[in-house]
Amino acid sequence: MKMSILHDVDLPPRDRIVKRRWNWMLWTGFVCVLVGIFSYQFFIRFPVTRDFPWVNLLLLAFGAVLLALGLVRAFGQPQNYRGKIFGSIFAALGLLGIAFFCYLTFVVLKQVPASASAPSIGNKAPEFTLPDQNGHSVSLVDLLATQNTRAAVLIFYRGHW
Amino acid sequence: MRSFQEHLGELDRRGIRVLAISVDSADINAAHANKMHYTFPLLSDANAATIRRYNVLHPGAGPHKEDIARPAEFLIDKGGIVRWRNLTENLAVRARPDEVLAAFDAAIDGTTSSP
Repeated sequence: MKMSILHDVDLPPRDRIVKRRWNWMLWTGFVCVLVGIFSYQFFIRFPVTRDFPWVNLLLLAFGAVLLALGLVRAFGQPQNYRGKIFGSIFAALGLLGIAFFCYLTFVVLKQVPASASAPSIGNKAPEFTLPDQNGHSVSLVDLLATQNTRAAVLIFYRGHW
Repeated sequence: MRSFQEHLGELDRRGIRVLAISVDSADINAAHANKMHYTFPLLSDANAATIRRYNVLHPGAGPHKEDIARPAEFLIDKGGIVRWRNLTENLAVRARPDEVLAAFDAAIDGTTSSP
């Protein structure tokens, strides 16, 4: 008697298994990682977010947590949730993306010489005469001497290639 | 540099002239200025002599391992004295025009004009 009850509970008929649910955590997590990476160019425009990319890192962390939870669900309750295969692919791509982002922001973009001996405040700025894009020579001294000129801002940049 | 072009009127009104300097040739600078609609001078320091004198050289950082400039900004007053500078530690983070305007207002404007 007891045995047969247990037997009934243990083996539900296969046709009673409901259609597996959409694993939204995997999708949302992956989208969070993508947004976290590609919004770098956007957030760098604002003073609050440009020196340290904390909004991007938060998005990436949130995405990683969602991906992990989604994977746990996909593998822990495969009868209820989808995503064992595509979830693994999303998680791997997401991890790669996060690693790439961190490498770029914390290693590649930080490779700038200290330039400790650059002219500092109070120093005389070295004079120069250089050709501009129209072939005209521009001299710092001459420019500063022109009427209505009160200051010059020099922007050194890496160039275009 | 795009933001400096956008604020050129405001800089100009205060008598601040913008000069951009790189190792690019005058031809590249002409094409680039044309494409980006830059109206301030893009100066060609092809052998990096000026860049070296300002000690803002980034050795071997060019696409073919040539020496180029690291991003840096200096504000020079009429007497040729450096009044403000910005040496970024992140290639993606550059000085903005409002920083230059604030530095000008604080370091130059009040000190050289008589009331």
